Amino acid sequence: MVEVSTPVKWLLRVLAIGYVFFLVAWPVTTIVRQAFADGLGTFVEIFSDEQAVNALTLTVQVAVQAVLINLVFGVGISLLLVRYEFPGKRVLSALVDLPMAVSPVVVGLSLLLVYNGRDGWFGEHLEKWGVQIIFSGTGMIMATCFVALPLVIREVVPVLTEIGDDQEQAARSLGANARQTFWRITLPSIKWAVVYGVVLSLARSLGEFGAVKIVSGNVANQTQTATLLVEKQYQSFDQAGAYATSFVLAFVSVLCIVVVSILRPKEHH
Amino acid sequence: MSIEVTNVTKKYGDFYALDDVSVSLPTGQLTALLGPSGGGKSTLLRIIAGLDTADSGSVAIEGTNATKLPPQKRNVGFVFQHYAVFKHMTVAKNVAFGLEIRKTPKAEVKRRVGELLELVHLSQFADRLPSQLSGGQRQRMALARALAVEPSVLLLDEPFGALDAKVRKELREWLRRLHDEVHVTTVFVTHDQEEAMEVADEIVVINQGRVEQVGSPDQLYDEPANDFVMGFLGEVTRLGPVRLRPHDIEVATTPGRAGTFPGTVTRLLRVGFEVRLQVELEDVSRDGRSATSSTTGVGAAPVSVVLPRSHARSLDLELGSRVWLTAAVGAVTVPAMVPAVVAV
Repeated sequence: MVEVSTPVKWLLRVLAIGYVFFLVAWPVTTIVRQAFADGLGTFVEIFSDEQAVNALTLTVQVAVQAVLINLVFGVGISLLLVRYEFPGKRVLSALVDLPMAVSPVVVGLSLLLVYNGRDGWFGEHLEKWGVQIIFSGTGMIMATCFVALPLVIREVVPVLTEIGDDQEQAARSLGANARQTFWRITLPSIKWAVVYGVVLSLARSLGEFGAVKIVSGNVANQTQTATLLVEKQYQSFDQAGAYATSFVLAFVSVLCIVVVSILRPKEHH
Repeated sequence: MSIEVTNVTKKYGDFYALDDVSVSLPTGQLTALLGPSGGGKSTLLRIIAGLDTADSGSVAIEGTNATKLPPQKRNVGFVFQHYAVFKHMTVAKNVAFGLEIRKTPKAEVKRRVGELLELVHLSQFADRLPSQLSGGQRQRMALARALAVEPSVLLLDEPFGALDAKVRKELREWLRRLHDEVHVTTVFVTHDQEEAMEVADEIVVINQGRVEQVGSPDQLYDEPANDFVMGFLGEVTRLGPVRLRPHDIEVATTPGRAGTFPGTVTRLLRVGFEVRLQVELEDVSRDGRSATSSTTGVGAAPVSVVLPRSHARSLDLELGSRVWLTAAVGAVTVPAMVPAVVAV
């Protein structure tokens, strides 16, 4: 390591800590402080308020389903990207990153254009078959999936690339078929990348706002998720409620990340 | 014949990795596929194992046509250069993998794994993870894992390539002894001619996607089919009109019979028990115009000579000594058609 003089070392530390403090730590602590301003009263209120409970339940339902879908497709697409050569591979790889670059509001709008029941490209036909996507859970799950799509893939792809396919080939030569190789060799090797990807997607899905707002219609008790509720509470001057709901959301996300970093084996970086 | 490879061709783009290769590998023997890197030997091994597919041609293992069979149906054991250990499983679990896939009863698995670990001297490491083993131990574990499924052929792809010289030598001897105990038909790929000659019953020399020669180590060394095989199996130098091995040149300090080549020692290097000389030949022709360098060797690279240290000492050789070189009686020689190149 390069030796840095003491004043420079301290300057760099102060800069880094200050940056993170003013950008992340300070605002988040404010939420915590505000949420607990009236003691636990606000929380009791939230968990006894039907609208809030419905919003939180819906958020969890949407997030969990979106994460499960992303888990299956994420691992599948990762395997496809790393283990197989096919025309259009680079296009697929670029498309996977698209949700990172595009604003969630744009995602919501584009889904609306394609799937709405009145003049959407698919929506009209789907509506005839009795399938409603926009203003329903399906649309919200789709929007959340879209937004969280790259998180599992970008965790898993580097690990898959690093472990190579030697172990898989060895398993095949020992008599394992494709399914056995996947369950016994590939999956255990990428386990922690998958777990980390899932946690990141879960945290991201719980907090999704823009895309969901557009496709959900934001109907209280039906298609209103927790983030939408926070916005509504804040705008209707129920600031204590907004802070408390925000705290619940942030707490769950932070908890996920903490649990994983405790579970994760030490030698794995 | 245990493995029958017929007219196999494999192309990567315009590059022929294997060009119409046919070879039969006998049952119960230890065969080496020997050749330079990129010569196609690993590709051939992988095609036999089913890990790669040939563009055309067929592979038969123990009489059954395996050309279209996936690797798991070929009943081959494969050992990789970089071990390909299952990192998340203990040594015992690694070895048991093939048996568990085959739904062998638990007690039976336990017995077999115990036996195999005994065979590869890893019994005390059964519960360790592969990351706690040395390279040589990992490769022995990989071998036990491949043997566990009682394969009809055992294929090893540069099995000792990633190990250091000393461990490599030990493992090679160990492999030979293991084979004498287990008798499974074994094919291994190597680019090290010493390894091939020391371990194998039969050597297949492969270069640029073609089989150059098949034979026992002695046959290959004593009767090389061509320049390439001769050059690949050992050092080659050029003395006048022929190419031969440096240790097949006799050195004298007095002009002897006709046909000797006088020269001067320009380099003298002692390596262990042997002495390596470089001898610059003198122009012996009476008439400088008629003797071209292609017949006398003058003007070409200096001749390499290897002789035992005791012999060099008795001749009292030193830098600048004048010597007369003769090809030894019965030496393996091939005509030097192209300017002599020092063999790699």
